[in-house]
Amino acid sequence: MTDEPAITPELVAAHGLKADEYERVLALIGREPTLTELGIFSAMWNEHCSYKSSKKWLRTLPTKGERVIQGPGENAGVVDIGDGLCVVFKMESHNHPSYIEPYQGAATGVGGILRDVFTMGARPIAAMNALRFGAPDHPKTRHLVAGVVAGVGGYGNSFGVPTVGGEVNFHARYNGNCLVNAFAAGLAKTDAIFYSEAKGVGLPVVYLGAKTGRDGVGGATMASAEFDESIEEKRPTVQVGDPFTEKCLLEACLELMQTGAVIAIQDMGAAGLTCSAVEMGAKGGLGIELDLNAVPVREDRMSPYEMMLSESQERMLMVLDPEKREVAEAIFVKWGLDFAVVGKTTDDLRFRVLFEGKEVANLPIKELGDEAPEYDRPWVEPQPRQDVAPGDVAVPKNCGAALLSLLGSPDLCSRRWVFEQYDTLIQGNSLQRPGGDSGVVRVDGHPTKALAFSSDVTPRYCEADPYRGGAQAVAECWRNLTAVGAEPLAATDNLNFGNPEKPELMGQFVKAVEGIGAACSALAFPIVSGNVSLYNETQGTAILPTPTIGGVGLIEDRSNTARVDALKEGDVLFLVGHDGSHLGASAYLSTIEEREDGAPPPVDLAEEKRNGDFVRSFIRAGRIRTCHDLSDGGLAVALAELCMASRIGAAIEAGDGPDHAILFGEDQARYAVALSPADAESFAAAAADAGVPLRRLGTAGGDRLKVAGRLDLTIRAMTVAHESWFPSYMSGTVIEPPAAA
Amino acid sequence: MKTAVVLLPGLNRDRDMIAALTSITGRAPQTVWQTETALPDVDLVVVPGGFSFGDYLRAGAIAARSPVMRAVADAAGKGVPVLGVCNGFQILCEAGLLPGALMRNAALRFVCREVKLEVVNAGTRFSSAYQAGQVIRCPVAHHDGNYFADDATLKALEDNGQIVFRYAEGTNPNGAVRDIAGIVNAGGNVLGMMPHPENLIEPEHGGTDGRGIFESALGASTGLAA
Repeated sequence: MTDEPAITPELVAAHGLKADEYERVLALIGREPTLTELGIFSAMWNEHCSYKSSKKWLRTLPTKGERVIQGPGENAGVVDIGDGLCVVFKMESHNHPSYIEPYQGAATGVGGILRDVFTMGARPIAAMNALRFGAPDHPKTRHLVAGVVAGVGGYGNSFGVPTVGGEVNFHARYNGNCLVNAFAAGLAKTDAIFYSEAKGVGLPVVYLGAKTGRDGVGGATMASAEFDESIEEKRPTVQVGDPFTEKCLLEACLELMQTGAVIAIQDMGAAGLTCSAVEMGAKGGLGIELDLNAVPVREDRMSPYEMMLSESQERMLMVLDPEKREVAEAIFVKWGLDFAVVGKTTDDLRFRVLFEGKEVANLPIKELGDEAPEYDRPWVEPQPRQDVAPGDVAVPKNCGAALLSLLGSPDLCSRRWVFEQYDTLIQGNSLQRPGGDSGVVRVDGHPTKALAFSSDVTPRYCEADPYRGGAQAVAECWRNLTAVGAEPLAATDNLNFGNPEKPELMGQFVKAVEGIGAACSALAFPIVSGNVSLYNETQGTAILPTPTIGGVGLIEDRSNTARVDALKEGDVLFLVGHDGSHLGASAYLSTIEEREDGAPPPVDLAEEKRNGDFVRSFIRAGRIRTCHDLSDGGLAVALAELCMASRIGAAIEAGDGPDHAILFGEDQARYAVALSPADAESFAAAAADAGVPLRRLGTAGGDRLKVAGRLDLTIRAMTVAHESWFPSYMSGTVIEPPAAA
Repeated sequence: MKTAVVLLPGLNRDRDMIAALTSITGRAPQTVWQTETALPDVDLVVVPGGFSFGDYLRAGAIAARSPVMRAVADAAGKGVPVLGVCNGFQILCEAGLLPGALMRNAALRFVCREVKLEVVNAGTRFSSAYQAGQVIRCPVAHHDGNYFADDATLKALEDNGQIVFRYAEGTNPNGAVRDIAGIVNAGGNVLGMMPHPENLIEPEHGGTDGRGIFESALGASTGLAA
């Protein structure tokens, strides 16, 4: 094990290992590691791969449920949807690479999450992405938006998965650190799910897919540190995506899985060959031996260190049934992909790496994974914020102007500029595309079922109160699924936070996870997969805490769903839930008053469930066809969105109270729904029986949204405000949002 | 009606097309892999959409030189109806089966949205189910749909009635010259179009305006159409 540089403290530090962590390495192996071994430890023990700061808290999340087939710990979560079918899904961040190189960073984020899904034997059927950028007037923001959106589209469109939902937000706290969270879901048969646990000794370990290059070497370690001014120098650690190869890999893998040749399979994501080999072996209680001379490479003179740490994309590792080798290889030849036996499983629980006949690594495989450091980081309870009462906020002089400002603000305006760059209808199963409460996709080949997808979090709430913000993210996701008539099944979480070594930021993480756990338990909405992204800060400024929740719901009968664009002349509109009263941390406060103070709205999970179950039962009975959840911007924004989408007006009586709180309050557990006049009375009676607060708002018709005594706007004026900001901003014609009313 | 769908690595609307043909003709199309040198005896050959070979050289350029496309050219030469949608249209142009070229969208961005199409010529075997001048809905999803040809070619296309579909009501999504969305060859048996009729053939798609293209081809092959 010679020909490698000496291991100095500087070299150890450059690998992101702390002194005590390096001591642990020495104790484990009883000698100084080789450079390759140091690289392997760095790859396995960094925050991104080991979850060393978050593990303790992730264990507290509810992960089980009647329908859960596979919870966290595999490539993706698996949930039963009946009839022998299951949905396989996960969300994962690609924040750091996307800030450094937005197109490729975002593209490979999409590629990575798609691979996680089809590694398990599922054909991807839906994608979403949650994007957070800096302030619109920050000099980098437009460039990042353009690059990230093009990258997401470039990869997903070419691969051939419909993007059916997502989020885009702007805030100065993301100026130095944008967030790209990519979600994918696939459909599989429950009796044909593939796992990463290796089984059987002496079986061939096979490398599949694209060749290995030097791209992405050290990427996971890069993603486990704060950014500083040298970040631009890290561009070479960003991988380059090839969606064409990924599409071929998908088809080849699904064909291969039908042959019975696959014993275990794992995609090569973060830390590539190292992480995939160690995970397969450690899970199966087996050793793995790799011969790097057999690894297909696309660059000359690659060292074992580089091969082990490369994050080249579109690669898989599998344990093969040797009797099926010929048929397996033929499939990969047909698709023009590499197929190389690069090693074997062993019974000695060692991870051994050979190169040019020499052993360049020999490490205990279990300890590489299981014995990774785990920290109980010190944390402090976030300081509760004083709330803002409506009386402390000036009443708007002109409610209509305030509504137009909100509809045209960067955070609430139409995302058409974004989602028209995504193929939203490929596969021919998209029933509801972006712009509604959830994306809805038919279960291919099933006569009645469909799946709903939504991605949600309100970072300004999480900043104001991490516990409440975490719970609200789950509640809003659950509500969005409910609003189309779906039964929320389970969720994936993508927890984006700052430096966990700072107690106040660790406190945000701890409390947000606690809030998420409480909401998931109360709503029977378990977390089945997820990803943690820490160290999202640049030069000491952390992002807003952003625990993105990606939820999946089941629609048993897709002929009975609700949508935002189905409002008809004469429909009776109702508000389900109580009147608006809460302005703290609201979009109204930040957009109109340019204030971000106050506490977020309380989240009453029992009320959330009661109101949601009530609405869903009427959608499923075919009596509610139009529904929209109330969130950012409250009742007025929800009604405006219904009217704009349906191209019909409404005449509304919104009840007594301060104008801004009634119209724009962001109280939770609320929906705007519409029914035919014939159903209105029985609906009101049923709400009273169920203890669900209900207000009859008025009737749909005409071409104006009128709220008696408060505002009167044409659909056209609202639509112009809503649709203008994004294209104008991206073409450089405006930088500032429309003036506040 | 018997149909065949050409399969090339990187195509991704093959499954949409197979589903549409199965639903409309009542039987699954045969699939023909890129390395095949002959086509089965069918009434309609379809080159579906996607990103063949990643479109890494020029959209459709690599695919146009694959063995199966030589077979498609032979069949087209014998009068077999051939339909190319999106990447299929790009491939047919690159293969020389249709005139002109598809350039990058004028806005330089991928675009997925619904547009309006005017049926310019309802006399072709792919459009006989529509009325001339009829405006239909149809979705598009492409990055390189900006049709271009020189003036002489455009004049010939117009004079011969080879322009079948035009983007209507100001919905041209890509800057295509003279709003051209779909054209046929001089023989009238090869249609290329950028929009995706296969994604608008059933009520759950939000409409059925795309069916007419398949029904026209079906009717023509069985002699039912006018």
